[in-house]
Amino acid sequence: MDDLTLGERLRQRGVSRRGFMKFCAATASMMALPPIMIPKVAAALEQARRPSVIWLSFQECTGCTESLTRSHAPTIEGLIFDHISLDYHHTLQAAAGDAAEHARDEAMKKNWGEYLLVVDGSIPLGENGNFSAIAGVSNLEMLKEVAEGAAAIVSVGTCAAFGGLPMADPNPTGAVSVSDIIKDKPIVNVPGCPPIPTVITGVLAHFLTFGRLPELDHLNRPKVFFGQNIHDRCYRRPFYERGQFAETFDDEGARKGWCLFKLGCKGPTTYNACATAKWNEGTSFPIEAGHGCIGCSEPNFWDAGGFYRALSLPHANVGETILTAGAAGIAIGAAAAVLNRKRKSDAVDNRETITIKDLSKES
Amino acid sequence: MDANELLAWARGPGFDIALTIFVAGMLLRLLEVLALGNKPDLSPPRGSGPKGAVQTLLSRNLPRKAVFDREPLRIINGYVLHIGFFIVLFLYGPHIVLFESFLGFGWPALPSGMIDAVGAITILSLIAALVFRLNNKVIRFISTKDDYVAWTVTLLPLLTGYMAYNHLVASYTMMLALHLLSVELLLVVAPFTKLTHMFSFAMARWYQGYQAGRRGVES
Repeated sequence: MDDLTLGERLRQRGVSRRGFMKFCAATASMMALPPIMIPKVAAALEQARRPSVIWLSFQECTGCTESLTRSHAPTIEGLIFDHISLDYHHTLQAAAGDAAEHARDEAMKKNWGEYLLVVDGSIPLGENGNFSAIAGVSNLEMLKEVAEGAAAIVSVGTCAAFGGLPMADPNPTGAVSVSDIIKDKPIVNVPGCPPIPTVITGVLAHFLTFGRLPELDHLNRPKVFFGQNIHDRCYRRPFYERGQFAETFDDEGARKGWCLFKLGCKGPTTYNACATAKWNEGTSFPIEAGHGCIGCSEPNFWDAGGFYRALSLPHANVGETILTAGAAGIAIGAAAAVLNRKRKSDAVDNRETITIKDLSKES
Repeated sequence: MDANELLAWARGPGFDIALTIFVAGMLLRLLEVLALGNKPDLSPPRGSGPKGAVQTLLSRNLPRKAVFDREPLRIINGYVLHIGFFIVLFLYGPHIVLFESFLGFGWPALPSGMIDAVGAITILSLIAALVFRLNNKVIRFISTKDDYVAWTVTLLPLLTGYMAYNHLVASYTMMLALHLLSVELLLVVAPFTKLTHMFSFAMARWYQGYQAGRRGVES
């Protein structure tokens, strides 16, 4: 860890003041801060020292790392990321074996209580946590050990945040999220499969700028990025409002860019910034590419009834339920009818003759 | 249980249970009535039974003049309520998807802004219906718990649907889950309250129209 500030390092790399301010403005607007905060963001980032970051990868597919590195390598966000001290990340670091684990120990010792822990991937609890281990240490043990000295934890990706794919039914490894294990540290969830790169860097920028984590929602997601659902910000929303839906992926409606609700789009129940921040440096997002949102940043999205099943449809086949219930109804109805008829005929058989005498006051 | 889990339950087991109770319960109730049967009518018919039945089935869609003149607002409100409910239920895009899934065919949807407005009117109309019920001494006297339960379970889906669409109180996911749960409550309760009239009205009209038609009298 060197002592250069972020501003110094950026200048060293040839980033102009204008470029830096542009990034600060973009970061401020992305975090929904008022324009008056831009100089503050700039000043804070300028002065920021490189915080130590330890990145732990557990039961994951490296998609989160891919998302972060690939799409942002040439951008200023990439540089910002370059300027945190990523002391341990077993996909990205050059060191291997003992040297790698040694780097982690060193970083932890040196920055105890101050480093930022980033986790991607879920943690298996089944078979005493032995489904996944790094350097002979189970994910569970490593998470507990590293979390202890962390200032805060960022759970990157739906697996770390909510369990994700490994936790999907029947969850063979007993996978859980970071927040299921660690209860005594501030945790930010940055879900998504993978999460939007600018959202990851945005959270880190917020931490650098203000020295604390951003405001979170009930699922511990930063409100600035996860405060609105895709549906409300979707450019196809007018077609939903007009009742114009694509029925298949290649019909007239699909070609005209109509709403994908009927094709299973989960935009209405998915809270994420895809429709505004977009992907691949603002190029587009899944709905723009013609596919409905699969809700990848929501808990249990794998088991939410199918990606291509409209949100207003129940999970099971309605027709089958009606037929089964109908058969049962007819059977019970027939039984009830027989019972009622028996009661009726019994009543007739057992009718007592009442005479006028029985009704007189004396009796 | 968070909103996503609640929604998953409402779309999964919750809906299956509710739909099963609705279909089986409704068939049970209707079959029970049908199975009572008619005593053979040995008198020679003075008119046509089926003709009278069809006539009554249609004519009772219109109010009787004497009743209408006495309380026109209550009668008009009844129409607003029923027509509003049908529009919201059958002409909203996401609802049509559900019907399409088991009928095999769909129909065009109304713009959601219109559904939103009709939904609001229907909710107000339901509230007006309750006011009319409570203000009319006779109707209040003959009202039972059944009527108030039916009113509540009819209001809830409209209210939660409206709130979900307009992002009121809770997140869309939570309101959608509550909306589905309220519909499920309606489905479960319907066969065992006066809400059976959604199907039995036709049977009742047919029976009474048939009897009157056969006797050659007005129904």
